[in-house]
Formats: sequence, structure tokens, C-alpha cells
Amino acid sequence: MKILKHLPFLLLLPTLFGQPIRLLADDIQVAVAANFSAPMELIATEFEKATSHRALLTFGSTGKFYTQIQHGAPFEILLAADARTPEKLVAEGAALADSRFTYAIGRLVLWSLNPDLVDAQGAILAEGGFKHLAIASPRLAPYGAAAIETLTRLGLLEMVRSRFVQGENISQTYQFVASGNAELGFVAKSQVYTAGKLNKGSGWLVPAELHNPIRQDAVLLNRGKDNPAAASLMKYLTSDSARAVIEAYGYALPPVSPR
Amino acid sequence: MESILSPSDLGAITLTLKLASVTTLLLLLIGTPIAWWLARTTSLWRGPVSALVALPLVLPPTVLGFYLLVSLGPNGPLGQLTQALGLGLLPFTFAGLVVGSVLYSMPFVIQPLQNAFSVIGEGPLEAAATLRASPLDRFFTVVLPLARPGFLTAIILGFAHTVGEFGVVLMIGGNIPDETRVISVQIYDHVEALEYTQAHWLSAGMLLFSFLVLLLLYSFNPAKPPR
Amino acid sequence: MNQSNTNAVHARLQVTRPEFSLDVDLQLPGRGISALFGVSGSGKSSCLRAMAGLDQVAKGYLNVNGEIWRDDSRGVNVPTHRRALGYVFQEANLFAHLDVRRNLDYGQRRVPRTDRKVSLEHAIELLGIASLLPRRPETLSGGERQRVAIARALATSPRLLLMDEPLAALDYQRKAEILPYLRRLHDELDIPIIYVSHSAEEVAQLADHLVVLEKGRVVVSGPLTETLARLDLPMHLGEDTGVVLEGRVAERDAEWGLARIALPAGDLWVRDSGEALGLQVRVRILARDISLSLAAHSDSSILNILPAMVEQIVGEAHPAQVLVRLNTGGVPLVARVTRRSVATLRLQPGLKVWAQIKAVALVG
Repeated sequence: MKILKHLPFLLLLPTLFGQPIRLLADDIQVAVAANFSAPMELIATEFEKATSHRALLTFGSTGKFYTQIQHGAPFEILLAADARTPEKLVAEGAALADSRFTYAIGRLVLWSLNPDLVDAQGAILAEGGFKHLAIASPRLAPYGAAAIETLTRLGLLEMVRSRFVQGENISQTYQFVASGNAELGFVAKSQVYTAGKLNKGSGWLVPAELHNPIRQDAVLLNRGKDNPAAASLMKYLTSDSARAVIEAYGYALPPVSPR
Repeated sequence: MESILSPSDLGAITLTLKLASVTTLLLLLIGTPIAWWLARTTSLWRGPVSALVALPLVLPPTVLGFYLLVSLGPNGPLGQLTQALGLGLLPFTFAGLVVGSVLYSMPFVIQPLQNAFSVIGEGPLEAAATLRASPLDRFFTVVLPLARPGFLTAIILGFAHTVGEFGVVLMIGGNIPDETRVISVQIYDHVEALEYTQAHWLSAGMLLFSFLVLLLLYSFNPAKPPR
Repeated sequence: MNQSNTNAVHARLQVTRPEFSLDVDLQLPGRGISALFGVSGSGKSSCLRAMAGLDQVAKGYLNVNGEIWRDDSRGVNVPTHRRALGYVFQEANLFAHLDVRRNLDYGQRRVPRTDRKVSLEHAIELLGIASLLPRRPETLSGGERQRVAIARALATSPRLLLMDEPLAALDYQRKAEILPYLRRLHDELDIPIIYVSHSAEEVAQLADHLVVLEKGRVVVSGPLTETLARLDLPMHLGEDTGVVLEGRVAERDAEWGLARIALPAGDLWVRDSGEALGLQVRVRILARDISLSLAAHSDSSILNILPAMVEQIVGEAHPAQVLVRLNTGGVPLVARVTRRSVATLRLQPGLKVWAQIKAVALVG
């Protein structure tokens, strides 16, 4: 009889060791790329309203998620900041191949806090009236790779390379520019646009054809393959209401619905 | 084995050693008078100053780095000061990293010094005063030699902590080769890019180097025989 | 006034602290040992530290044989390191990072060559520490450390030597080891030494001048022999009440192992402890060791019986006891007897008595 008194505690024990018990079958563990945190919170709320399933969101860098998933992290869905990582997880058998799809496409903006610095064509890059140009690390962040592609396409890479300051990720790059330390930088549209308009400063929305699309892919991980709620969330991400949210946050959408 | 250290790795190593040396030197110059004051004052300011010095122990480095980025920026108070002084803006420069590292490693230098100064006590200083030594003379001929273990600890901790510094550098450095790209950032880059081999080489090198430096310092400072 | 200032120490010092105040005005001899005596908390160490300038002095005047170290009226306050003083602390305070030789050098190197009166060799010889020179302070015994500390202070050729209970931290053996060196200082140095102590025995052995302090105030100040014989002092010496007399070793009796000490008042026989004939020595006679009789008894075991005259009788804290001051040929003695004996023997000033001295201690 005595053990009953301790039952609530005993039930909690496993969570202390990092293995949450699934008390309700409709919880979903989701790893979300940091740049997508704001729209995903909104989507998760609406998803819960619509289905009563609960999405438990963890935000972080895609590279760290990859390492954690490899080492048994309990995520069921990954919303990556790139297309490469989900592809690799599929190739390594950690994720389901046919679940992978592009949930959002990032757009690059050359942005400055100074309202007069960046013109509508981005001619400032060639003119060179700046000391620091912030970009995300091209090796680590898709936005950084896209910035390099854009500069290469414009033939300006060698000219501005010495003025690079690199953020480890796109949010740090944004901080460099937002604090005024870098006069301008390539940031994500989702960071500086609200409802289709630039929040402040001046910007040039880099034409999509100047770089490969910054595809952010979602994938169902092995852990989630038997959880119907996880499949349900994957499907919800392609719903009209989710797509409206994603678009409102400054992302482009893939032209065709997957599956 | 296919890749030992790349030129960019070597650049990061040189830069890190330079940063750690300059930071440690500056911290000794700034930290010694502060530690001396903290060890001896009865002023009401002792508490607030101690707390301020210890803050970097509590603050996550990225938070400290973020505040520095903002306050050293063109719109921040410190940034306006450095511009007014003709120093320009410090973020994305080696000087900026030095400022960040000095703040970040401050408690690791000041606290051992403060302890060493407190342990000396008034006795030897009063004795020196009665032996005709002026205050400055006392400091150099009595305090410094008696506080030697404290200075060694302060140098070791200050240097090692700066070598291992990451969050602050990440926030205000901008990852510029030979200017702000230090080893820890380089290792982080390698790991994030899943280049584990390079990361391992660099980490192992850093580990070995740190061990050798510490070994050297500790062997110059052997434990005293018991009284 | 100025005339006397050049051969005396004049200290007027006021120290005010929340729990304690010191207010003294002292005239001390310009050479020899002056003892500052009192219980702990009486202010004797504070007084010494104030003289050295180690503690804040609210108001002060300090003149050491004509040298002014503190004079508020002229705005003079010489910092410690510019006062030509030697200071021996209770804990030796040797520099742990220097060996004995370099500890000794430390002070002397800072004294201008022309001001060096005491050579390092002399200080080393005086304290008998030649064999310790290469040693590190942590390898020395407490007594050795204190001797090094004294030599270190002497090597600066001080014009005033301040000693703050230099023996207090030592056990009996170590004390006995150092005392002879302190007596040598007394004999060989031509400077004033101010010696803080709470031990009546040390004072009896070393001091020429006695200052008794209580609660930060001077209770009495005067030559040792005279002062100890005063009965009007709330001295709280208790069992230590007694006099110290100077004499000379006049005879050594090998058969009985005794030595005869010649005093102005007569002779005293003491246990022979090997002192050379003719040597100046001090004897200490405690009040409790003297009894009085009206006639000289030859049938007593007591060796030392001196003729004396009663000078003064003063009651003590306990109603049963009184102190009697005696004069034996110009030299004072103090005896402790019961009030009943005073009545029985009809003791009163002017009465001739015999002082029977049960014990005499040769103290140096």
C-alpha cells in the first residue's frame, strides 16, 4: 500500500532520465530550426486547436539537432534550416525517405539599419560605401551559402570579401546589422519583413534567381513513425492555414504540394 | 590523418595565443590594483565592486557578448565613447576581442590575487614599514614575492580561460581570419560543418598545448614543504 | 624644556577607536629600557603602535631625543618608514620569501650609509645568529625567529627600539634563551628601548623605567625600583607585588653553593647560579616572601634578615592583608603581612623592625 503514496513520484522518475513517458498518445516531439521558431509556435497552437494533438517544440541549430538525433535524441519530426540535413538523415536511415518535403523557402535580403543606405537594386554592393558586410557562415548556414552565390553571380565576391564579418548563424548575422556594428548584411527576409513590408532601415530583396533556393525541409524521424499525431502534423504543415502563416513570416512556398 | 592543420587553423592558433597573452597582461595590470583594493578596503563599495567583478562567472558568455555588441556598437554608449576618443568601433576588431576577454576573464585573475593579498595580512607589511620601506617599495619587495603563487594561479586561469573563451568572441568577433577567428570559433565551425577530423586535430592540439603550459607553470611553483 | 627634550622620549598620544581610547603623556628616559606594563586591553600595544605611526593617532606629539616625529602644532607627522625606529613584533613577522641573511639586509639596505651605526656583523653577533644566516624563516624555532627579528630591527641603527611582547608567543625554554640577549641590548645600546609586557617577571628582569597602563591611561610612570615600592598604586600586581634591587656579586661560597649579593642596605645570600664575582645583578623580592619581627632571630632557617624601618602601611583589597613599605638603608622593600600582625606587633611608621626574607630571586 505504501508504494501508492510514491506513485506520482515514480511516474516522474523516467522523465528525470531524459525519457519522457508518453502519457498522452498525441504529443509530438518536434525539433525546429531557430529561424522558424516564431511561425512554428503559431502553427503549433492552431494545430492543437484543430486536432487536440500537442506539438512540443525545441528550437536550435540544425547541425546540433543532427548530432543529437544521431545519438538518440527523442525527436519525432525535424524542421531543418536546410535541405542537406534531412537528406543525410534519410540516407543514414534515421528518417523516413518518403516523408521529406520543403515546408518553406527562405528569401535573402540585403539589409541595413540606415534607411538611406541600401537602394532597391543593391547597387551599394558595387559602390562600396561600407566597412563591414555581415553574412552568415557559408559553410554552416544556407543563408550564408546563398549570399556567396549571389555575390559570385554579381561578380562582386572578391571585391567585398575582405569586408565580411561572419555570424555563425543567420540570427547572429542579424544582430551584427541590427546593432549597427555592420552597416549592412545579408539576412533572412523573415527577420526584417512583417506583413510584406520592411520593418525598418533599408533593404533589397535579393531576386530568387541569384542563388539556389534556400530550401528548408521537414522530415519524419524514425522515432515518430508509429505516432499518428506526428504524421498528422507533417500533413498540417502543408495545409492552407499553415502556408498562410509561413508566407506571412516572409518565407516563400514551394510551388507544388508534396505527396 | 589526411589533414593536419590548415593555414586557417594555424592562423587561429597564433591569434588565440596573441589574444590570451595580451588579455592576461592587461588583466594583471588592471586586476592587481583592484584586487589589492578589494583585499584591504573596509569601504562600503567593496561589496558592489566584488559583485561586479564576479558577474562574468554568472552571465552566460553569449549574453555578455550580446551586451558588448550592442553597447560597443555605433549606437551604444561605449561605442560612442570609443568613436569620440578616435578609437573607432571595437566590434569585429582584435582590440574589441581584447576588451571582451578582459571583462570575461576578470574574475579569474582578480579572485586569486585578492585571496593571495588577503593571506599575506598586515604583519609583513607593517614589518617592512618599520624597516624603512615606503608603500610602493613594500608592494614590490614584500607583497609581490609573497603573492607569487596567487599571481601564477591568476596567470594560468586568465590565460586558459581566454584560450577557451567562445561565446563572447562569437558575438563580437565576426569570424574574421587573423583578426577575430580564434581556435574555439574555428573548432566550433569544424564541428558544425561536421568536419570532425579537423575539429579533433585542433582540439587535441589545444588540449596538449594547455596541458604543457599548465605543467610548466606548476613545475615552477612546487608545493611548499609543510612547516 | 628644550634642553631636556634632547635626552628623553616625550610622547603625548591620543587614539580614539569605537571601543577604546588611549590618552597618554609620557616622559621616558633617553636610554635604557622602559617597560609598558598592564593587562591585555590596557592600551600598551596601542601606545607602541601609535609611537611607530602604525595606527592613526588623532592628536599627538612625539619627540625622541630631540627628533620630532609627530607635532600637530607644526603639522608634522612623519610616516612610519621615515622614522628611525626598530620594531619587534609579538610574531616575528620575518619575510617568508627571504632567507635570514636577506631578512637582515632588508632594513639596513634602506638606511643611508652615513646613518648606519650598527653593523650587520654586530647585530648578528649580539643576537648570536651567525649560524642561522642561510636558513629560511620557516625552518627556525620561535626563539630563533625572534632573535632574527630583533637583529633585523637593530641593523637599521634605530634611534628608538620598540618591542611589543617579543617573548609572549614563546614557551618558557625559549624565553630563557632570549632574555640574556635582551639584557645585552640593554647594556650595549645607547638608545631608548620601549618594551611592552604583561609579565611582571620580564619587567623585573629588564626594565629601568616602569609605566603602568590601565584602560588607555597612565597609572604610574617612574624609575623601576622606586615605582615598584610605591604602595599608593592600584597596580593589580597581586602575587607579583614586590621590589627589584640592584646589587653586585660579592662572594661565592662553594661549600654551601651560595652567592653573596652586596646591596647598599646590606648583604643577601642567594643560590649561586654561576655569576662572576663583581657582576652587577638584579634581585627581586616579593612582598609575600617578607615577614617582619621586632627582634633579630638567630634560631630561624631564614638566611636573609635585614634591619629596616617601617615607612608606610596601606590596606589591600582583602581586609585581612596590608602592605608595609620598609626602608633598609635607603633602599625600599615591600612586605605583605596580616592586619592582625600589624596590631600584635604595633607596627607604625618609624618603628624599627627586622625583615626576614624567605626567598630572593636573582633575575639578571
